[in-house]
Amino acid sequence: MRIDVKMTVNGKPVSGSVEARTLLVQFLREHLRMTGTHVGCDTSQCGCCIVHVDGKAIKSCTMLAVQAAGTSITTIEGLAAPDGTLHPMQDAFREHHGLQCGFCTPGMVMIGVDIARRLPGADEKTVRHQLEGNICRCTGYQGIVEAIMDGSARLNGTSYEGPSHA
Amino acid sequence: MHDFLYHRAADLADAVAKLTAGEDAKLIAGGMTLLPALKLRLSAPSDLVDLADVPGLKGITRAGRELVVGAMTCHADVAASEMVRSAIPALATLAEGIGDPAVRHRGTIGGSVANADPAADYPAGVVGLDAMVETTQRRIAADDFFTGIFETALEPGEIITAVHFKIPDRAAYLKFRHPASGYAVVGLMVARFGQSVRVAVTGAGPSVFRIAAMEEALQRRFAPDEIADIKVAATSLLGDIHCSAEYRSHLVTVLARRAVAALAA
Repeated sequence: MRIDVKMTVNGKPVSGSVEARTLLVQFLREHLRMTGTHVGCDTSQCGCCIVHVDGKAIKSCTMLAVQAAGTSITTIEGLAAPDGTLHPMQDAFREHHGLQCGFCTPGMVMIGVDIARRLPGADEKTVRHQLEGNICRCTGYQGIVEAIMDGSARLNGTSYEGPSHA
Repeated sequence: MHDFLYHRAADLADAVAKLTAGEDAKLIAGGMTLLPALKLRLSAPSDLVDLADVPGLKGITRAGRELVVGAMTCHADVAASEMVRSAIPALATLAEGIGDPAVRHRGTIGGSVANADPAADYPAGVVGLDAMVETTQRRIAADDFFTGIFETALEPGEIITAVHFKIPDRAAYLKFRHPASGYAVVGLMVARFGQSVRVAVTGAGPSVFRIAAMEEALQRRFAPDEIADIKVAATSLLGDIHCSAEYRSHLVTVLARRAVAALAA
């Protein structure tokens, strides 16, 4: 069954004709050619495909494009300013080396922004728990956790004192 | 995933009509279980009827000694609700422990209850808190709702609209969480309503169940040592790749003791 869908992606109206079974992540990557959102596991475990739908982090491999019709979506491509200035969370990932191979990074940054919104001032233990739906095969969690704590502090107008082990 | 016909129901009557009209139609709420099942072709419905636009199914209200959670309310909203946290903190704890943050933004209470996964958390909350499941046709008592592995008392064409939880004096939900999936290896709700005590277990058996011997012992005296020697026979429990039935039996008593200790303190 083909269905016409319309939604807003990173502030721009987009539309397309999809099969009912087309996943949101397929629509983003294969129809819109926005390949910043990754597919790691395709089984809602790894979090590489996280985008924000109406402001909430969701796994786009486990949502149909037709379910997202009419919503407003933010992907990793929508975070930086038009002039290329990084979003504070992206900049914190750069500064704290919150990535190794980089494959999980789009999802980590998107869940990081979501954590900063929901849990301002979250401590390290909380951030680690909040990352249970995001997997880094390089096991680079230390830098990722530090980046999210610093990014969250920047977004919430507070300061980050550095990792607890330092 | 096989393709299907997709419908956005405008209201409950429309949803019932489309659910009944389809050759093998299924409802979709958050889709956190259904979509993975479709990908694996464990399920291949002819039609999906999406409840997202149906009005009146989302939100949490308090009515006297009852907390009413709309069927399309997502786990994150239950976990974050001040009303839930003050009325039944154990229910907020239960919702907060389902899956991961992104899953909790999509998965719904109605979907979880209707699916009746033997390792899902909500069945222990629904049975432990003596809830009523409200549907398009009737209200079903929790004790009559879950009938087996992935089986419920729901009739074809019947849709869950809300779950009515009785507000206990105190309740605790503890779970031995599978570290990868987050599902309950064993999950256990203990709730006190005056002199009455309910103990409901998920994850351990083919379906959620109560432990009458523990409830009776705790009604006599509410203390962890009253139940320390009460075991659920392993022969009635699940053994699988994660652990044996004997281990689950052990976990049930350990978690019950801890829950009672937390509540008796």
